Amino acid sequence: MTKIAQLEKSIKKLDRNKGPLIPLLQQTQAIYGWLPEEALRHISEALDIPLSKVYGVVTFYSQFYLKPRGRHCIKSCQGTACHVRGGKNVLQALEHHLEVSEGGTTKDLKFSLDTVACLGTCFLAPVVMVNEDYYGDVAPKEVPKILKNYE
Amino acid sequence: MKLKDTTRERLKSVAELDALRRKLKAARDPKKVTVLMCMTGCRAKGADKAAAALRHEIGNFRLKDKVDIVETGCHGFCSMAPVMVIEPFGYMYCKVTAEDMHEVARTTLKTGEVIERLCYEDPITGARIPLNKDIPFYKNQKKIVLRNCGVIDPTLIEHYIERDGYAALGMILSQGVKPDKVVEMVKKSGLRGRGGAGFPTGIKWQLAHDQQNPTKYLVCNADEGDPGAFMDRAVLEGDPHTVIEGMLVGAYAMGASQGYVYCRAEYPIAVRHVKMAIEQAEACGLLGDNILGSDFSFHIKLKEGAGAFVCGEETALMASIEGERGMPRPRPPFPIQSGLWGCPTCINNVETLANIAPIITRGPEWYAGMGTETSKGTKIFALAGAINNTGLVEVPMGITLREIIFDVGGGILENKRFKAAQTGGPSGGVIPADFIDLAIDYDSLAKVGAIMGSGGLIVMDQGNCIVDIAKFFLNFTCSESCGKCTPCRIGLTRMLEILNKISRGEGVPEDLETLETMARVIKDSALCGLGQTAPNPVLTSVQHFRDEYMAHIVDKKCPSLKCKALITYSIDQELCRMCGICSKSCPTGAITGQVKKKGQEGVPFHIMEDTCNKCGMCYSMCPFGSVALA
Ligand SMILES: Cc1cc2nc3c(=O)[nH]c(=O)nc-3n(C[C@H](O)[C@H](O)[C@H](O)COP(=O)(O)O)c2cc1C
Ligand code: FES
Repeated sequence: MTKIAQLEKSIKKLDRNKGPLIPLLQQTQAIYGWLPEEALRHISEALDIPLSKVYGVVTFYSQFYLKPRGRHCIKSCQGTACHVRGGKNVLQALEHHLEVSEGGTTKDLKFSLDTVACLGTCFLAPVVMVNEDYYGDVAPKEVPKILKNYE
Repeated sequence: MKLKDTTRERLKSVAELDALRRKLKAARDPKKVTVLMCMTGCRAKGADKAAAALRHEIGNFRLKDKVDIVETGCHGFCSMAPVMVIEPFGYMYCKVTAEDMHEVARTTLKTGEVIERLCYEDPITGARIPLNKDIPFYKNQKKIVLRNCGVIDPTLIEHYIERDGYAALGMILSQGVKPDKVVEMVKKSGLRGRGGAGFPTGIKWQLAHDQQNPTKYLVCNADEGDPGAFMDRAVLEGDPHTVIEGMLVGAYAMGASQGYVYCRAEYPIAVRHVKMAIEQAEACGLLGDNILGSDFSFHIKLKEGAGAFVCGEETALMASIEGERGMPRPRPPFPIQSGLWGCPTCINNVETLANIAPIITRGPEWYAGMGTETSKGTKIFALAGAINNTGLVEVPMGITLREIIFDVGGGILENKRFKAAQTGGPSGGVIPADFIDLAIDYDSLAKVGAIMGSGGLIVMDQGNCIVDIAKFFLNFTCSESCGKCTPCRIGLTRMLEILNKISRGEGVPEDLETLETMARVIKDSALCGLGQTAPNPVLTSVQHFRDEYMAHIVDKKCPSLKCKALITYSIDQELCRMCGICSKSCPTGAITGQVKKKGQEGVPFHIMEDTCNKCGMCYSMCPFGSVALA
């Protein structure tokens, strides 16, 4: 099924009465991996919500992306517990090795680097999460080793 | 009884629920060896691999019929992850690995013998403590909200029912307790909201009950935005039904027919477990139309958040559920009067709701017997930072900071000196070591300028810089400010600029006065709780740690060596092994020297101070610890 057909299907199944926009955007992002303009235009027409408003909602929440994402998603925790145990230095090392800054995606679309405020695993601080894998007590010098695990 | 993949039958009356509970209890063999393994938080440390290995070993030793493995939620003792408890012996094994499982199966599961080396080691005496209940971390706790966490399989409603789950709902329906009586009970218990502000839950429910509108909503706030608190996550992951039962009782008391759980999307396991819990409760007739054959109906939908701290604020949360940008609006009207789609809406925190079922079944007097004059019951704290036992602890209100940090928390890491604690996250404040004997409740914390908040408790030692922490929280609130009101959008930014200046060593003494004045004005004038509380970390830290600020401003020194602009990096020429890693990692090319190769002499590396931008990369990367700070 093409992506747009999958989106069509999600729209058909939607409960339109109670705040449908955010759940639909979440489903759309699950389909595309990000939110391309054509999908947003489609949603705007289907739900009869102005595109400007759709855009407003998308940019408000940090979970939505308007650019393609890397194959592997790195989350470097900058929550309180991770901060006091050196999370900032880990982020710097990630930025250094990936040659992107936080929020960016490497040119080869291999990695996206984001920061989050607490992954709820503060006992592992500082924490880096790559896709669904947690890395705890990360020292900046371990960063290259972690990155090597991903193709 | 095999419970996975069972088809569940709809329970048509309270009597059927009670009969099911009796059947489940009777089927439990108290002597059967049961392994309780945390499959939520501990997963991050390889609990799933250990569990797989254990299953394999149980097969090898032909113990399949003799041993049950229960995949539970968080046991709380996260610094020992992955943990497992083996009943009926009560042994707790810490930091287990897949390789340990052969021995566990051969020794403990087969013969009941304890494996000393896997038991918790007392950091002071070095003695091994085999029994869960003897470990100081657990001895000083009182588990009410977390009573089932780490004990039951949260993906099976039967485990919850067996441990008197849905008994509060059953009691209300079978005894025909009137809604206003339920409200009365909650009022009498003295329960206050655990989401931050501590508003009395009974009074909130009374207000909701008194609304005339036929459509009312009940929302469970599971946004858990405080970056350093994870108790709501643990409850939702480890015991989701207790929250659902709390919502059912609340809905009955106030006459709500639709409920929402608004959960942070960063918590995928919590989302999954809540979804399963809703489905199973519906299948059993405990949720939906005509619950347990009565004329009480209540539905729950799960809404996933999309990553915005301000959405924990109740009016922003409602905007988000309605599908809008999560912007707060002025109150009044309060959500209780006009909330979701203009209807009365009651918003309660996860932990608040998890207290409800025990209050109903064990009675409000029992609950009110715990805690202090103004704050009843227990509170869960998430211990993190420079403390030995990081994790989740549930303790009675009124416990002192000293008891939490030293008795439950096992003291400061590496025996360093306790400097301060931060409660309430970005809305809270720092509490200096002088107040270590403060009995913690809503009001005592407010008196010292901090707040209870959601229960994040970050412990700081001498290595943590107060200016840096204040800057950290302000940075967080600044970037999470929704931008609607000026004091918060612009005021916080100006405050952050001043803090940045101070940590760069460019501050002047008047800055502290400016900070304090701005903080007061923002507290008074911001639109929502985010802005009104965001200055707290700065205010309290300036108040309690003025000297440390002055060290940055006047002496241009950061006593904790954290503020990068105020420290200098140098390479110890004796310790340098001439590997060159520092030079390779330096972004400004400030490090020179010659790598030592086989059969060649090298030149120790050296940092040129005027080119160094103090990023700290060399310090982080040096494999031999040869880079020094001053
Ligand atoms: C900026 C901000 C963030 C908040 N975040 C949360 C949160 O994550 N979880 C929560 O339960 N309450 C949060 N609150 C408090 C809620 O607005 C609300 O008071 C609470 O959910 C009410 O539930 P309670 O009475 O059970 O405490 C937040 C408030 C503010 C101002
Ligand atoms: S602060 Fe990083 S996981 Fe909580």
